[in-house]
Amino acid sequence: MDKIFRVNMTDLTSSVEEVPANWAGLGGRALTSTIVAEEVVPTCHPLGPNNKLVFAPGLLSGTPAANSGRMSCGAKSPLTGTIKESNAGGTSAQQFAKMGIKALIIEGQPKNDKFYSLHLTVDGVKIAEESELIGKGNFAVIEALEAKHDKKIGVITIGQAGEAKMAAANISVKDPDSKIRSHGRGGMGAVMGSKKIKYITIDSTGAGAITIADPEKFKVAARTFAKALLDHPVAGEGLPTYGTNVLVNILNEAGGLPTRNFTYGQFKAHDNISGETMHDTIVERGGKTKHGCHAGCIIQCSQVYNDKDGKYVTSGFEYETIWGLGANCCIETLDDIAEADNIMDDIGVDSIETAVMFGVAMEAGILPFGDGKGVIRLLKEEIGKVTPLGRILGGGAGSVGKTYGVTRVPVVKNQGIPAYDPRSVKGIGITYATSTMGADHTAGYTIATNILNVGGFVDPLQKEGQVELSRNLQIATAAVDSTGMCIFIAFPALDIPECLPALIDMINARFGIELTGDDVTDLGKNILKTERGFNLAAGFTNKDDRLPEFFNVDPVPPHNVVWDFTDEEIDEFWNF
Amino acid sequence: MKILVKLFANFRQGRFKVQEFELSVTTTCAEVAAMLKIAEAELGVVLVNGRHAQLAQPLREGDTISLFPLVGGG
Ligand code: SF4
Repeated sequence: MDKIFRVNMTDLTSSVEEVPANWAGLGGRALTSTIVAEEVVPTCHPLGPNNKLVFAPGLLSGTPAANSGRMSCGAKSPLTGTIKESNAGGTSAQQFAKMGIKALIIEGQPKNDKFYSLHLTVDGVKIAEESELIGKGNFAVIEALEAKHDKKIGVITIGQAGEAKMAAANISVKDPDSKIRSHGRGGMGAVMGSKKIKYITIDSTGAGAITIADPEKFKVAARTFAKALLDHPVAGEGLPTYGTNVLVNILNEAGGLPTRNFTYGQFKAHDNISGETMHDTIVERGGKTKHGCHAGCIIQCSQVYNDKDGKYVTSGFEYETIWGLGANCCIETLDDIAEADNIMDDIGVDSIETAVMFGVAMEAGILPFGDGKGVIRLLKEEIGKVTPLGRILGGGAGSVGKTYGVTRVPVVKNQGIPAYDPRSVKGIGITYATSTMGADHTAGYTIATNILNVGGFVDPLQKEGQVELSRNLQIATAAVDSTGMCIFIAFPALDIPECLPALIDMINARFGIELTGDDVTDLGKNILKTERGFNLAAGFTNKDDRLPEFFNVDPVPPHNVVWDFTDEEIDEFWNF
Repeated sequence: MKILVKLFANFRQGRFKVQEFELSVTTTCAEVAAMLKIAEAELGVVLVNGRHAQLAQPLREGDTISLFPLVGGG
């Protein structure tokens, strides 16, 4: 039977609890958001004792279902002040699921200044004081913990940024190659730091296999599902070959690649940083063009990027990071961006927030546009060493904008806007504005339909159809985020009719239930409403569902368009 | 008329990245793809001057046409 593991950091105790009936059918984002909404006072300080940090594997995590090994992490965000769910690959979701840990809830706060670690086994949680690894980067933490335990130990850790409670701090999760995947967005690392937990180790010894109510039905559905993923050109071919970075060129051609801190929609050096160039570079240097962030991923959008001498530099080298430091900061060499990516993983900052922040920092004159070496230096010497300037930078794009009086600050609810300009790709602007998470492209990835011709086509430059598109995708995404599935299954799900029913069949076979497509849509709607309810109670209103003013007044070339939705048009989003 | 053709991802294999062509005035997007031996089923996205285009769309002097297979990311 699944259990809830609960840790109280105020009195340093832990307990293993039964799963309440109303949480039983939930997983991933549905569960973290439900727990946060039920147990966290919406007006609490995100870094105080009343916030809670929740980890939950998806409904299908730990099963043989392809791409189901994602873990959700939730809390009230210190970056946005909203509820937050951020999901990541790595080994821990499958460990949790097999150990029967439905969720780990961390609450309270130590009254002293000491740091601690948590050690999870099938029997429960051990809390221990930690001093040796304090101040260390994530790679060193993983290395030390593997030496202390063994290669199979699961690790969830924060770097120097998380210890210092910076709002851009992320939580790192060990992947199957002992490298890092991240709960990136929303400053979850700062919440973990505020709980004074440097790392969590997971020893899954004694964990059984997941029980599946109807193994035969599960097998059939899992096969259909995997076939749909491999048959789809995006999931089966494009992503494993070029990674997500294939988007640089298409967004550049479509005029939606935010460049020089969101001043232009095209970057002259796009070819240097494109997926095509990256692919050739990886092959030339003996890296890997495909790689999975967890065992069981059959899409494998990740990769291993080596330097000129064939030495490992980084993996999980994503479009958003490359766009952010590339086009948005005008850095023209992939090698500098790759090195920065590795440092961001090590010190533990979100690579999207940090890249958007550097665009603002360049506009502020802290360093010139295009200064790749400067970015590397500031990451290592300022953020990594937690200097006063490092704290301002580590506070994210909004923090730098405020401190330096910059007016072009691309954030919604204080979270950095990712790699698609909302003026020339209007659907994604609706997602940025209305997402319960602050600016977040994954919450309702309209790029699929606005740019990539997946799931139909809605013209990115027109207003018609965008609100409905974003709404449908946000509802579907909330449900998918609850299954443990990677969001890239959405590409086949939007195009191949057997894909979504197979996913639902797997959930039904796993739990012995009879969900319909409508039930899943209702689940998605409920999650969004629960999250919005939390945000409203925390003091947000519809007036927070807006993009920064400069999008309304500064036309973005080459199409020379502005963001032109009225408040009423945006607010239509919540009409469901 | 002069048309600039840009190819992306695996469309570049055995072809080119960017090339200018002298084409007759009624040439459509579909005809450019056919000329390059790219099957319609392989085509993911067609942009003309950065805007999504239908295959039947005729090109005009000085247009840039960009051809992509179905790709994605995020
Ligand atoms: S497709 Fe990419 S993000 Fe998704 S599970 Fe695989 S490696 Fe992870």
